[in-house]
Amino acid sequence: MSWLDHRTGIETAIRNFLYEDIPASSGWHQVFGSIAVFLFLVQAFTGALLAFNYAPTPGDAYNSLRYILTEVAGGHLIRGLHHWGASMLIVVVVLHMTQVFLYGAYKKPREATWMVGVVLLLLTMAYGLTGYLLPWDNRAYWGSVVATQIASHIPLVGPYMSRLLGGEGAIGVVTFARFYGLHVLLLPPATGVLIATHIYLVRKHGVAPAPGDEVKSVKKFYPQQAFKDTVAIFAAFVVLFVMAAAVRVPLERLADPTDTTYIPRPDWYFLFLFQTLKFFDGPLAVVGSVILPALAVLALLLAPFVDRGQVLRVTRRTAAFGIVALALAGWAGLTVAAIATTPKPDNTVAIDYGAPTDWIGLSPQELAGVGYFRKENCASCHSLEGKPSVGPDLASVPIKKSAAWMIAHFKHPAAMVPGSSMPAIQLSDAQLNALAAFLLKLTPRNAEALSNAPDFALQAALLYQAKSCGSCHQANGVGMKIGPPLNGLARRRTRTWVAQHFANPEALSPGSFMPPYRFSQREMDNLVAYLFTLPD
Amino acid sequence: MPVTDQSAAQTEVTRRKFYVAMIYGLWSLIAAALSIPAAIYLLIPPKLRKMPEWVEAGDVSQLEPRVPVEMVFRQNRVDGWKIQSEKTTAWVVKLSDGQVVAYGPQCTHLGCAYHWDDNRNDFLCPCHTSIFGVDGAVISGPAPRPLDRYETKVENGRLLLGPLHQSKEKA
Repeated sequence: MSWLDHRTGIETAIRNFLYEDIPASSGWHQVFGSIAVFLFLVQAFTGALLAFNYAPTPGDAYNSLRYILTEVAGGHLIRGLHHWGASMLIVVVVLHMTQVFLYGAYKKPREATWMVGVVLLLLTMAYGLTGYLLPWDNRAYWGSVVATQIASHIPLVGPYMSRLLGGEGAIGVVTFARFYGLHVLLLPPATGVLIATHIYLVRKHGVAPAPGDEVKSVKKFYPQQAFKDTVAIFAAFVVLFVMAAAVRVPLERLADPTDTTYIPRPDWYFLFLFQTLKFFDGPLAVVGSVILPALAVLALLLAPFVDRGQVLRVTRRTAAFGIVALALAGWAGLTVAAIATTPKPDNTVAIDYGAPTDWIGLSPQELAGVGYFRKENCASCHSLEGKPSVGPDLASVPIKKSAAWMIAHFKHPAAMVPGSSMPAIQLSDAQLNALAAFLLKLTPRNAEALSNAPDFALQAALLYQAKSCGSCHQANGVGMKIGPPLNGLARRRTRTWVAQHFANPEALSPGSFMPPYRFSQREMDNLVAYLFTLPD
Repeated sequence: MPVTDQSAAQTEVTRRKFYVAMIYGLWSLIAAALSIPAAIYLLIPPKLRKMPEWVEAGDVSQLEPRVPVEMVFRQNRVDGWKIQSEKTTAWVVKLSDGQVVAYGPQCTHLGCAYHWDDNRNDFLCPCHTSIFGVDGAVISGPAPRPLDRYETKVENGRLLLGPLHQSKEKA
């Protein structure tokens, strides 16, 4: 016995844990519990890392998350792991329960193990509910408004629930603090204690054997089953890691309680509940929001007391398979219906705030320059990221020429740079001016952030230039002040108002001498969305 | 048949070795895939949003040679996800050769605020009695290097300050 073991007994404890006797029938179907514990630990780890750069108040939450996503090294990956880990945990916990249910492994004497497991499922969902608010973007805000409203409609305890969640009246600083407190202070230790209890009960009763296996020789957990658990955990981790690295989790704009156009949706695993609500109107609403979910939880808790017969081979448990198939079909049907009835959000004018948005600070002229840069396909010869390219890199070395020189060069490249193989650019002087203005703004630091401007904004800036809006209006400090400045428009007016104003300015602003404009629907959407991105 | 028994036992040993190797190998990969990004996340400094710009500190046209003046000005500082506008001070002095230098307001020992002592004609740090000359050099005390200097330029009698630099020389 080693020195350490003599003092602490740790090695003996680990050995006792690993060399647990398990039934000979154990195998791949029993790996899900281990994956769930692993994913919970990944959530705790990535959650702690996020908390190191996150300020849990509505004023700062959004900006600090943007900071994590756009400035902190590896921030995107850590947030991706936490975001997709949450979804994956739900999937794995449900698979774990399904396996136990199909095999009838919750039967006497393992009822308590199962019931603790049901509570753990509810806790997992509680993380999803409370964590959803924390990014404090529009999606988070509106999704949580719906959740707190449901809680407030529970008969008898509803008002107390909404008081507990701080959601009386509206979601604000108090609700946010409560959700965050639940998410990081109350739920994790509760989960830890329940997982420990769950595992203790599994150890106390032993892993459930297959029927007829009770008398057969047992084997040890280590190394064969430990190997299977490890392979399964590794496979799950690879899927999680690839999703975190490759699938972007968009961050929407800052929560806007006055946004009447937003269509709130909960995360995918709550969509079936969300859809259930639609079937019950008026006084019956409580059936969908509270009674049915409560009955479902009760049914889960009591399942081992209802299904009390002899343990059968899994292949002979047709009723159990039927119930699982029914539940799956019901869940899938509701989820698909919820997705199908969600009006398609207009992604063409959406901005991903999880990426740098420095282009928002460009003047319309400079932004139109980005548009010409993209339209004329300049990037096929000129790199902006220091990669080798045919023409000179336009970002890594600051351009020391004047705008006039650049315009002359655009028109007759070889005249200004002898031997240049660049073709002349066929654009008007004003357009070349815009292109030069953008290129003069480039630095190695902002090249990516400026050139990733979304297409709708570029189209809008091109239109803005074409219609010479700048001869009367100021945007981002550029343009005349004959008409009102356009920064802060989002605060002053609604989108509908702006769209109607374009068609008939005089009607909405009496005395205005702005001419009416006719735009296509696409042009109007682009332009209004762009004007609304202009900072205050 | 002892031969088959032995080969069966052999297979068992090989299989066991394989399991154990896989357990250690896969867990090492997982640990690396989590700890390396975590180390990058915590240790690599975030991208800076803006190059520090020149900040106007005040009028230096009336400065008397070798008489330091404490100038107070507002400066924008990138602080995580925020840009803070904060009050900053600099000790500005015109040296004998007419050059205007500006020292950062903190002692180079442990960051206490030092001040100009009119009687001694030295900068004195009250914490651990480091003493600096008017040129910023350490005269005595535990300070490890001369006072930190702002990059400076003078335009129309106004002093503009750039980033603060540590002096390379040792005390």
